[in-house]
Amino acid sequence: MGKTITEKIFDAHVKDEPFPGTKVLALDVVMCHEITTPMAIADLVTRGKDRVFDPTKIKAVIDHVTPPKDSKSATQAKMLRDWASRHGIKDFFDIGQNGVCHALFPEKGFIRPGYTVVMGDSHTCTHGAFGAFAAGVGTTDLEVGILKGVCAFRLPKTIKINVTGAMPKGVFAKDVILEIIRVLTVNGATDWVVEFHGDVITAMSMDERMTVCNMAIEAGGTSGVCMPDSQTVDFLWPFIKDQYKNDKAAALVDFRKWHSDGDAVYEKQVTIDVSGLEPLSTVDYKPDQVKKIRELSHVKVDQIYIGSCTNGRLSDLRIAAAIIKGTTLAKGVRGIVSPATPKVFEDAMKEGIIKIFMDAGYCVTNPTCGACLGMSNGVLAEGEVCASTTNRNFYGRMGKGGMVHLMSPASAAASGIAGRLADPREYMKGRI
Amino acid sequence: MKTFGGPVLFLDRSDINTDEIIPAKYLTEVTKDALGPHLLEDLKLSGFDPKGDSLKKGLVVVSRANFGCGSSREHAPWAFEVNGITVVVAESFARIFRQNMFNCGMLAIELPKADVDSLFSSCDKASTICDIDFPQKTLIFSWGNGTSRSVAFKLALFDEALVKAGGWVEFADTKY
Repeated sequence: MGKTITEKIFDAHVKDEPFPGTKVLALDVVMCHEITTPMAIADLVTRGKDRVFDPTKIKAVIDHVTPPKDSKSATQAKMLRDWASRHGIKDFFDIGQNGVCHALFPEKGFIRPGYTVVMGDSHTCTHGAFGAFAAGVGTTDLEVGILKGVCAFRLPKTIKINVTGAMPKGVFAKDVILEIIRVLTVNGATDWVVEFHGDVITAMSMDERMTVCNMAIEAGGTSGVCMPDSQTVDFLWPFIKDQYKNDKAAALVDFRKWHSDGDAVYEKQVTIDVSGLEPLSTVDYKPDQVKKIRELSHVKVDQIYIGSCTNGRLSDLRIAAAIIKGTTLAKGVRGIVSPATPKVFEDAMKEGIIKIFMDAGYCVTNPTCGACLGMSNGVLAEGEVCASTTNRNFYGRMGKGGMVHLMSPASAAASGIAGRLADPREYMKGRI
Repeated sequence: MKTFGGPVLFLDRSDINTDEIIPAKYLTEVTKDALGPHLLEDLKLSGFDPKGDSLKKGLVVVSRANFGCGSSREHAPWAFEVNGITVVVAESFARIFRQNMFNCGMLAIELPKADVDSLFSSCDKASTICDIDFPQKTLIFSWGNGTSRSVAFKLALFDEALVKAGGWVEFADTKY
């Protein structure tokens, strides 16, 4: 009987099975940010165990509230900074070098196929795009990860999603994953890994695969995962070319060993044909509440937000800028764009994308998670509506009493021009 | 081991997420106690008053499906814990929230939908008490009118070990 990629990764990392079905895995990467890590640090200090299992396997970033908005967030940043310093954690990213964790860490080449990755952040599933097992965990799991380099999981079952068909114009990776979540529902993949397959996924860039895997958690998934292939090799090449002696084919062969076997057993298989898909938006307060955005053109918007670990990468900004170029935000609509990393910001500047946003009336912020979870840099007031490229539309998510509509960067850009939720196809003609 | 059981706080909705349990704006706190006053502050549930008696008195939460979905924030179990709530009973849980509860030595107990339905249809919810017989894996619900009902529950062996150890740090520290 064949194995799934997750089963293969578990087999390669199991340190203990304290009870049948519970696997304690050795961790390759433990990622930390300033919101969920300080309480772990404080607890380790209180216990007299202020140690780290391996400083080279710990990656830390201040990203959620940065630069700090108040004394409390400054204290959290300081706790992480001081801890990284006293333990010699070299891969620590402070103001000036910091970006949204799930965009920054892949960009730095920290994630490889077959890795086990945890972080005190539910969108850690993003890194499954590289063929890793990457799961969001709480602070206690993080704390044990930091101290011992292990984390316990039930061996997850796997749901296989085959994404087939031809991607219609105006439909992007974000629309694909919103459609998948609509089909699966918000707890349709709870305790399962969501494996993404099919021609559509194969054709996707790593940025797009990260967008898709990022939202596996919104269907309850333990992680999302794609099979590592030549796209993966190309993305990671600057970091791995020495290891593979400049031989891409050798890297590909090595990566492919993680692929799920043809006779692997799946809990469930779902085929999604994107051929008839249209640009989508969420409605209401759950990410599985999804409609065609053209049916929502009556919804006025107050704010556009383009950024986050879902859609704040260069390719996202490029698409939005192509639609925005030469236009301005509708009267009364404010736009915020947050390039997800300093490199994204710099590249967007070089390509003239930042100027396009600014000319259209957008505020360009530093890389941060802030607005997505209503912590800083774009919080909504009661009754306000935001067209957002983020990943959660929970009640109060971007500010108490606010309404968040999740959509692709193209749809968000179009909505900014229209002042209402808008179908990007109407604004793309000759542009994309 | 923590102590479990007491008056029940019924939250009659599925998909209650961790942003509702403790809004992100309080995630800049670095003590568990500071989260206490803000538990369920943004819960979208008609008739629920986050400052009301049912929350003040409640020590056991009973809710519906997919409880604790969303963010990985352990601040959600902590906000319950500092309010004395160490047990959540639901039809199902989001994985990270469930694990966080057990990692803190607390109980996230799944019951079949029919059992949860019958608890919600009990006539006098305000007087509902839930005692937990941990060795026997039994919840004992009792009401002001003298009636009571026992409901058996299951725990994974690992989850049970975490509760007995007082949490995952304690368990892992002795073993790894």
